[in-house]
Amino acid sequence: MNMITLTPMDLSLAALLVLILAGLSWQMRLGLERSLLIASLRMVLQLSLIGLVLKTVFATSGLLWVTLMAVVMLLAAGYEVMARQQRRLKGWWGYGLGTGAMFISSFAVTVLALFTMIGNQPWYEPQYAIPLLGMMLGNTMSGIALALDRLTQTAWQQRAVIEQRLMLGQTRFEAIAEIRIDAMRSGMMHIINAMAAAGIVSLPGMMTGQILAGAPPMEAVKYQILIMFLIAAGTGFGVTTALWLASRRLFDERHRLRLDVLSTPQG
Amino acid sequence: MVALERPLVSNPLLRVSQLMTHQRGPFDLSIDAGQCVSLRGPSGSGKSLLLRAIADLDPHQGEVWLDGVACAQILAPQWRRQVALLPVESQWWLDEVSAHFPDEACPWLIPLGFSEAALGWQVSRLSSGEKQRLALARALMNRPRVLLLDEPTASLDEVSAAALETVVANYRHDTGAAVLWVSHNAAQAARVASRHYRLQNQQLQNRQLQANGLQEGES
Repeated sequence: MNMITLTPMDLSLAALLVLILAGLSWQMRLGLERSLLIASLRMVLQLSLIGLVLKTVFATSGLLWVTLMAVVMLLAAGYEVMARQQRRLKGWWGYGLGTGAMFISSFAVTVLALFTMIGNQPWYEPQYAIPLLGMMLGNTMSGIALALDRLTQTAWQQRAVIEQRLMLGQTRFEAIAEIRIDAMRSGMMHIINAMAAAGIVSLPGMMTGQILAGAPPMEAVKYQILIMFLIAAGTGFGVTTALWLASRRLFDERHRLRLDVLSTPQG
Repeated sequence: MVALERPLVSNPLLRVSQLMTHQRGPFDLSIDAGQCVSLRGPSGSGKSLLLRAIADLDPHQGEVWLDGVACAQILAPQWRRQVALLPVESQWWLDEVSAHFPDEACPWLIPLGFSEAALGWQVSRLSSGEKQRLALARALMNRPRVLLLDEPTASLDEVSAAALETVVANYRHDTGAAVLWVSHNAAQAARVASRHYRLQNQQLQNRQLQANGLQEGES
């Protein structure tokens, strides 16, 4: 591959642009310079660190290290899902629900893809396994977080309607069916839009990166198609699982709406 | 009265025993088949919470029996079809009135002062009084054996209120249903119910009402 290596000088030039923007913000009293600089610094540090980690993991190529890294990524994604909920489930449910749903969907789809579609030897080769899992987790994470937030918020707001439906003898599944469909839609909207717009409105990031790094466009496109399918399936399975568990948790075995399982939002 | 023709059994149709909900109670009450009982009490005394617990919408201690069968022995949705709670403010979640009704003729529309066309109305254009009367018709479609009415005439004028009282009385006579009627109006309580409970200071007391609605004293 004819890959052009970036020098520290190239990166500094790009950083200079952000510095100029920060200066402009200070001049115009936009108040953005502080958060802009902190975010830039965090990005450089975090990406450099992950670069080092990936370098080490790639060098060892052991299943143990790949698994360890995957678990850390999953737990971090699970925390993100929980942190994005306005009204999360109390106790272990708040963390375990999103994490569990991502484990089932992201891990299963990634392992399936590694075994059957990519077919590398060994299947857990970190150069493929880690970026693939990262992309799966990143996307299912947003989907599940959005869907769960929508479900719990709507259930909170529409408490009277849900209970009215229960009073008329509907089951807990009937009483929350529309809210669940609505939450499912908001969790899946992102990936459906991304697939519909891919190539026309936007060039997906992964494909762009591969092309910049010197890969032939058609090869990059094939990978992008594979990734999009995997993300759509993974997000769909993850959101379905999370919504099923959460909407069960919102009711007890006597089909009573139990909003006391939700925490109150902070602030 | 149909109620008198039913075999005399020792069990009342609805029996509430040692019911505790939201740190209130314990409450005991019973209603015979075909009987209407009024429930009065100051705002915030827990009348609505008591009705919610009887409909098994809130966690509670104690037990409720319908015709000798405990609530816990029946699936909750089935229980609520037989023990119907009509809340003060009804909820409508679809655009058209008819979408909230099962696919069969509703015999209570005309007695409640509507025409058959009311089913085609938009929910967003209903007045609160229309909602209250249509909510009763909707609840009756399940053919409940017990009606828990929470101030069912709160937003009705006298004519509509009288129509609703008649519909409930006829339903009770025709089917032998038991009715628990929460009312703030003593005259109405005296008119519709044959026995009266008062909920005050966490106590459920039997009361007698004079024909003019003034309280005479405890029985």
